Amino acid sequence: MVTDTVSWIAVGLALITSTAILISRDWRVSLGALAVQYLAAFWLVTRHLPLAMGSVKLIAGWMVIATLGMTRLSLMNLEQQEEDAFFPRGQWFRIALMGIVVLVAAGSAPRIEAAIPGLGLPIIAGSLLLIGGGVAHLGITSDLLRVILGLLTMLAGFEILYAAVESAILVTGLLAAVNLGLGILGSYLLIAGSSPLENEDEL
Amino acid sequence: MNAPILWIAVPFLVGGGILFLLRERYAAWLGGGTAALLALIALVIPIDTALLLGPVSLKIAPSIQILGRSFELNTADGPLLAIIYGLAALWLFGTEASGTANRFVSLGLMIVALLTASIAVEPFLYAALLLEMAAMLVVPMLVPPDQKAGRGVVRFLIYQTFAMPFILFSGWMLAGVEASPGDLGTTIQAGVMLSLGFAFLFAIFPLYNWVPLLMEEASPYATGFLLWALPTFTTIFALDFLDRYTWLRTTPQLTNAIRFAGVFMVASGGIFASLQRHIGRILGYAAITEAGLLLLIIGLGSSEIINLTFLILIPRGLELVVWALAIAIIKGRIQSLRFADVQGLARSYPVAVSSLILAHLAMSGFPLLAGFPSRFALWQQIAEGSLALSFWVFLGMFGLLIAAIRTLAVFVMAKEDAKWEWNESWVQTIMLGLGVIGLFILGLFPQALQPFLSNLAPLFEHLGQ
Repeated sequence: MVTDTVSWIAVGLALITSTAILISRDWRVSLGALAVQYLAAFWLVTRHLPLAMGSVKLIAGWMVIATLGMTRLSLMNLEQQEEDAFFPRGQWFRIALMGIVVLVAAGSAPRIEAAIPGLGLPIIAGSLLLIGGGVAHLGITSDLLRVILGLLTMLAGFEILYAAVESAILVTGLLAAVNLGLGILGSYLLIAGSSPLENEDEL
Repeated sequence: MNAPILWIAVPFLVGGGILFLLRERYAAWLGGGTAALLALIALVIPIDTALLLGPVSLKIAPSIQILGRSFELNTADGPLLAIIYGLAALWLFGTEASGTANRFVSLGLMIVALLTASIAVEPFLYAALLLEMAAMLVVPMLVPPDQKAGRGVVRFLIYQTFAMPFILFSGWMLAGVEASPGDLGTTIQAGVMLSLGFAFLFAIFPLYNWVPLLMEEASPYATGFLLWALPTFTTIFALDFLDRYTWLRTTPQLTNAIRFAGVFMVASGGIFASLQRHIGRILGYAAITEAGLLLLIIGLGSSEIINLTFLILIPRGLELVVWALAIAIIKGRIQSLRFADVQGLARSYPVAVSSLILAHLAMSGFPLLAGFPSRFALWQQIAEGSLALSFWVFLGMFGLLIAAIRTLAVFVMAKEDAKWEWNESWVQTIMLGLGVIGLFILGLFPQALQPFLSNLAPLFEHLGQ
């Protein structure tokens, strides 16, 4: 009973954090929300995976956030550009978009639970919310950092669902590597073209 | 000695070493040499068979366990490894002529190693994860440190990342379908998931919009490599799926859908190629057309599926490397690859231009060139089944041919007083020349591929029977 309650709290956290990532103007808030989102995902993943394997996902996720945060911190000249080009309007549209995701998740979670018994309603609901939030985010942004955040959110949702059906250590390791790779790639793409090379050897 | 270590770990580590330790001057030779050596070993030494070399007994073990799962490369994988690393060697040696930085060689080797791991991993559907990792490694090749990432790269990354969850989940569902084949609901769900996953991986219409974008904004040589490597391994992955799940081969709705997607890609790719005014984008659309041909072969469900697929895949590597190298050489001297900027270049870059046109014609299925035998064999298969299909495939090929003629016309539109020059270096001339000779050899003597093709059939137990 307590476990179920905590699982539903984790689903609520997933909803709040994915909405925050979608509507926030500040990259610090977005990364903070992603950190909390990984905590919620960790709880949901450990419903089906051992604690140690769930921890891998949590630690990998937080490492990605650290990588992206440190990179973004060193690129302060992007601040003005991002605010001007990306987020001046459309907050209500984004909230409405997230509302649609919630409706879809609420509608489809019981049907998936009926089709694949044993997954658990909170697991399915949390997973669908994150997948939907991530896809919605990818649909409305072309900003590099936000694309990476959208992909990470979508993957976190998928990992929750997939952990319930596949518990191989190799898959957990490879998924962690994919998450880390996306983080490093995001950092690289943020840095690329932002500063001139120091010498020709770097070419 | 262990096969996965030899063909996965070694190239991966060599690639890493080149990235961090080696200067550009030696990178192409070391990377290309490593790939060529691995191809030679795959060709000469059979896996899992003891060889006596004087007093020394040599045996390459087929598998290794990592985190509870195995990576296996069996005797049947030998010819495939030889083809993969042989073509990879061409791409890596080509970097010397294309002037690409050493990051291409290092990342290229690492990508080929990861893609080889995708063939070796058991259960095979984990390959989706390795394909995603390889796709992520491609990105630094496409976006150099001094250049901002464009829309094409971002779309490529998104689409490849979308593919992975669909395929992994469909793999899990397919197991359920195998257990209860009468459950129509699960079958449809698994089929839809799988189709979506491969639609992203194969860049099926309309998901191929990143291809022409990348050809405009990224290095043509790196993009050419990407257009060779990922579809090649995706095709092998798709054949694996078909081989293991009987219902996938026998469901007419699914094979019809694959065939329709293939024909649509061939026709749309050819038509769009004929309308382009950018030689890079034309290459992109030609690659899309070829991916369509591969899908068409899979959808035909012919008994010759393996032979036809590899009859396209092997020359495809050569055609793309020659074409991309020629474009890279031309791009090294001019600002853009638009028709207006490349006009009249036949007189200043005769070798690069003639190689580009020959590679383009080969991809259009022009007689005597490398693409012709596979197209001819495919025509026979299609014409037996449907004239409508033949018409649309003909339209696509005709579009590619028009694009080749338009490109040639633009290249030779030089001013009357323009002099003939030879601006390609010796290395570039030799590499392009060897590539063009290869295109003619594969066109005139396609039986040269027969030893490979006959040994590839055991890779897939049920396909083509």
